[in-house]
Amino acid sequence: MNILLLVVSAIFVNNFVLARFLGICPFLGVSKKLSTALGMTGAVMFVMTLASVVSWVVYHLVLKPLDLVFLQTISFILIIASMVQLVELVLQKVSPPLYRSLGIFLPLITTNCAVLGCAVMNIQNEHNLLETTVFGIAAAIGFGIALVLFAGIREVLDLADTPKAFRGTAVALVTAGVLSMAFMGFAGLVK
Amino acid sequence: MLIPTAVLAGMGLVSGLGLAVAARVFAVETDPRQDEISDALPGANCGGCGYAGCNDFAAAVVEGKVGPEECPVCDANTREFIGKLMGVEVGAAIPKVALIMCQGGEGTAPRQFRYNGQASCTSADLLGGGDKLCLHGCLGLADCQAICAFGAIEMTDDGIARIIPERCTACGKCVTACPKHLISIVPADAEIHVLCHNTDKGAVAKKACGVACLGCKKCEKAFEEDPRIRISEFLARVDYDQPPSGLDVGEICPTGALIELKLNRNDSEPNSRSVS
Repeated sequence: MNILLLVVSAIFVNNFVLARFLGICPFLGVSKKLSTALGMTGAVMFVMTLASVVSWVVYHLVLKPLDLVFLQTISFILIIASMVQLVELVLQKVSPPLYRSLGIFLPLITTNCAVLGCAVMNIQNEHNLLETTVFGIAAAIGFGIALVLFAGIREVLDLADTPKAFRGTAVALVTAGVLSMAFMGFAGLVK
Repeated sequence: MLIPTAVLAGMGLVSGLGLAVAARVFAVETDPRQDEISDALPGANCGGCGYAGCNDFAAAVVEGKVGPEECPVCDANTREFIGKLMGVEVGAAIPKVALIMCQGGEGTAPRQFRYNGQASCTSADLLGGGDKLCLHGCLGLADCQAICAFGAIEMTDDGIARIIPERCTACGKCVTACPKHLISIVPADAEIHVLCHNTDKGAVAKKACGVACLGCKKCEKAFEEDPRIRISEFLARVDYDQPPSGLDVGEICPTGALIELKLNRNDSEPNSRSVS
């Protein structure tokens, strides 16, 4: 039951992009086309889950016993950077078109605050290993849902008759705000 | 102090080793010729070939997708070298050059208001099209000059941009940088040009700029036998596939939008352009 609440919370109630406002960079940068958005979601899901788990393991097996909790931020960044490099290597071999279409945004996952945020939140909320894994996957799914929704809206918005001053990024940001307000409807569902 | 350093160093070492192994496992095979070609290329990463940088172009050449003549920055020797390496005939490249289609400087094209924002054409253009009365003209804030990797764009004394043909490699970066889409890539041997993009009616265009094209059709009529200049939307447009030549433009155009301009590009000398 706890796991289910965790999933609902991470995906809808406390959506990483629309409620916590983390990971805005790829949210705006990779959401122009639906296919790129889906590809980015996959990459982030892989990195987020793996990074969360490895961070948790390192925290509880290395940092805490040796009383080095203050190294949390830098060691998590190190782990995330390595994971992203791994994803880049795999993607370049497995799917070169996706690798090229993601372009600069793939290495930018390293500095994506959503991934670091997920790793840190797992520690803050004192999750066990199973909860960490589930939270990582669910957070990435939530990120993906926000990205896909936004990409879908943006693709249609491009064709609409927008006032000249609002065209492009301006109306995209306004839409993101409205989308965020819509997701506030989930507030209170899970404590 | 020792233990935290050791722990962090240890984590770094483990990650590094892990990535080294992964790089072996997921290695992507590259043709050795690709590196040779990549070294021979100018290395400006200008994107003029349409590929994402010189490495990408080298990869495409090795795959046979594109010929070495597609690199506008290469001189003839480099093209031949790549051609020999790949065992292909190098096609003839038509030397092209960028051209800024605007002559409306400070004295000729008045401003509507004083723009006090960020010194960038893109920013000025966002403010309802910029501070000039002619909404199609060059704003003179040098976005194109900033992006040119070859130093081939200068700002004239009356505040608009001008291409230096000897340094231009037709890489196309300025074309995308200009928010007014004023820059075109034209064949270097074309001599007659209409340096204006104003599509407003004659009277409106005349008020906006002294050298604007009014769409009066005098040039179209002058080239009647060979319709290489067409008027559409009150603007004369040159057909660069068959560039017009041979007529005295001074006699024809009442405003001076139609001019004769020789664009000298130096293609045969090696290292005639340097990346700045």
